[in-house]
Amino acid sequence: MGENIKQNQSNQQQPTAKSIIRIEDLKRDFVVGNEVVHALRGVTFDIKEGEFVAIMGTSGSGKSTMLNILGCLDKPTSGHYYIDGVDASQCSKDELSFIRNRKIGFVFQSYNLLPRTTSIEQVELPLLYNSSINAKERRERAEHALELVGMANRANHTPNQMSGGQQQRIAIARAIVNDPVILLADEATGNLDTRTSYEIMSLFQKLNDQGVTIGFVTHEPDIALFTKRQVMLRDGRIMKDLLVDTQSAQAALDALPASDDY
Amino acid sequence: MNIANLLKVAWDAILRNKTRTLLTILGVVIGISSVIAMVSLGQSSQQSITEQVSSTGTNMIMIMRANQRRGGVNMGSDNAQSLTIADVNVIEKQAKYVSMVSPLVSAGGQIVSGNNNAQGSLQGGSTDLLEIRKLSLATGSNFTKEDISKYSKVCVIGQTVVNNLFPDVDDISEVIGKDIRFKGVPLKVIGVLESKGNNSMGQDQDDVIIAPYTTVQKRFLGTNYLQMIYCSAVSEEYCDDAVTEISLLLRENHRLSDEQNDDFEVRTQAEMLSMMNSMTSTLTLLLAAIASISLVVGGIGIMNIMYVTVTERTKEIGLRMAIGARSKDILLQFLIESAILSLVGGLIGIILGLLLSYAGSSALGMPFVVSYSAIGLSFVVCAATGIFFGWYPAKKAANLDPITALRYE
Repeated sequence: MGENIKQNQSNQQQPTAKSIIRIEDLKRDFVVGNEVVHALRGVTFDIKEGEFVAIMGTSGSGKSTMLNILGCLDKPTSGHYYIDGVDASQCSKDELSFIRNRKIGFVFQSYNLLPRTTSIEQVELPLLYNSSINAKERRERAEHALELVGMANRANHTPNQMSGGQQQRIAIARAIVNDPVILLADEATGNLDTRTSYEIMSLFQKLNDQGVTIGFVTHEPDIALFTKRQVMLRDGRIMKDLLVDTQSAQAALDALPASDDY
Repeated sequence: MNIANLLKVAWDAILRNKTRTLLTILGVVIGISSVIAMVSLGQSSQQSITEQVSSTGTNMIMIMRANQRRGGVNMGSDNAQSLTIADVNVIEKQAKYVSMVSPLVSAGGQIVSGNNNAQGSLQGGSTDLLEIRKLSLATGSNFTKEDISKYSKVCVIGQTVVNNLFPDVDDISEVIGKDIRFKGVPLKVIGVLESKGNNSMGQDQDDVIIAPYTTVQKRFLGTNYLQMIYCSAVSEEYCDDAVTEISLLLRENHRLSDEQNDDFEVRTQAEMLSMMNSMTSTLTLLLAAIASISLVVGGIGIMNIMYVTVTERTKEIGLRMAIGARSKDILLQFLIESAILSLVGGLIGIILGLLLSYAGSSALGMPFVVSYSAIGLSFVVCAATGIFFGWYPAKKAANLDPITALRYE
């Protein structure tokens, strides 16, 4: 399966060379009863290496469907989706699993950590599904990922011993441990208070500065200000796609009134 | 995902829910251990019966009087007069496969010695009777051929008789030479038998008084007929030949025409043994069947827990799929989890079952038999339960849609 994908990769050349993600006229229909719901009505855009894209929209705009397809959890009805040169819209279920394991990192709104499991084990989890990584390398990479999110001192804590922000940091470490081509965040700050949200956004910005490409789904405009580009969806179409004047999350954090600080 | 990682994932999941794991395993433990204990105890009792029967001699053959019909009426066998000393003589002289032969006559009545008395039966036989029935003397001596021809008033007694009639005697050799009175006739004790305990039917084999058959016939019964004839085949494998031979000789001796039925019945210990064995194995089978119900209940317990687990861990399954687990990985993870549960339960169950059957057999005074077939069978059964009952929940988990599973609350 891995070879198959590598071969695909070499076939796809110049047009997608710098794009991590390339979407061409993507459509996704759902059949509900006798009616067909058009969640995506033909979306075309691409995400280049090193970008920090906010995918925005109200409920029902199609952003969740978009995220599912970007994350290789769902397949489009028509159109093409290339991730790192591979046409995911033509892949089998097992090949999609392989792509998720090697090329994608997920961060969820509700963290989705395993209960009664230590942080280091949570972070090791994606590597367990990668047979080419042995136990020693797995542990080293997990420790490194925990360091990157500033949670090295919490390696042996379980989720119920940590705050929401700390849990989300563990989840981010888990998402970057496999060195993905894109980090997909689904309302990653939705369950957090303002201060913690800013801290998490600051972490995302730091990772982006280190070269991690990020797709960030959110409906909060103030959070989207910390990204570099906003893609607005409405009724299954792209309404706006613009570069933003990126704000520093660290600066916003410093600007918060001190009274919040307990 | 390779197998080592799968095992690690399944093992971690099991350890994360210790109480639930223990309770699930308990069901399997009870099932397996009860099956093993039942089968082992059944085999123990079978073996103890076999040992007892062979202690009375596996090559022993008994010839009994058959039921007699007179004018269409079944007269029973008690009063039949078909066996005589002539039959004994014919067998002794002509049967090639018979090494020893003894008549048996018996009379019931009261035995008295001094102030003590007991009910008992006096059995008369030839000098070979003790050896045929594998009885040996603890002290004193057997009666002789001369005693038989003289109708001597001598007897050999068993331990129970000694205890009943001579309660004050410390050393059984003191009993030798004393008189006991059977139906008022004094008999001199010349030997005491080794104790044999109860037989498999619960009869006391030590409650016995043996005298020359002539003494019993002439002095107590006043008949010339025999109740039984005991024979001993030259060896166990010639038992069947001996039976055929005896039948032919007796039919000839009794001048029975071809149309007439035997007026005697020949039984061997082997027949007794197979009868007892079929009885105990039926019982064992019944107990094992009952015990295996608990095994099935244990298996359903695993299925139930795994099923609940899948629902409870839907979100975890969604996450695993999102980070790259294939359906196959999820299926295997849950299958391995249930296989581990049932195998660990099975191992504990086997150990517990062996302990139980050891305790049971020593409490009942039976030999401890390890039933390898029961162990093997229950191990196979418990591995099969693990996979069979784990399959459905595992399949359910593997078929979950990652998007739905991730959103599951």
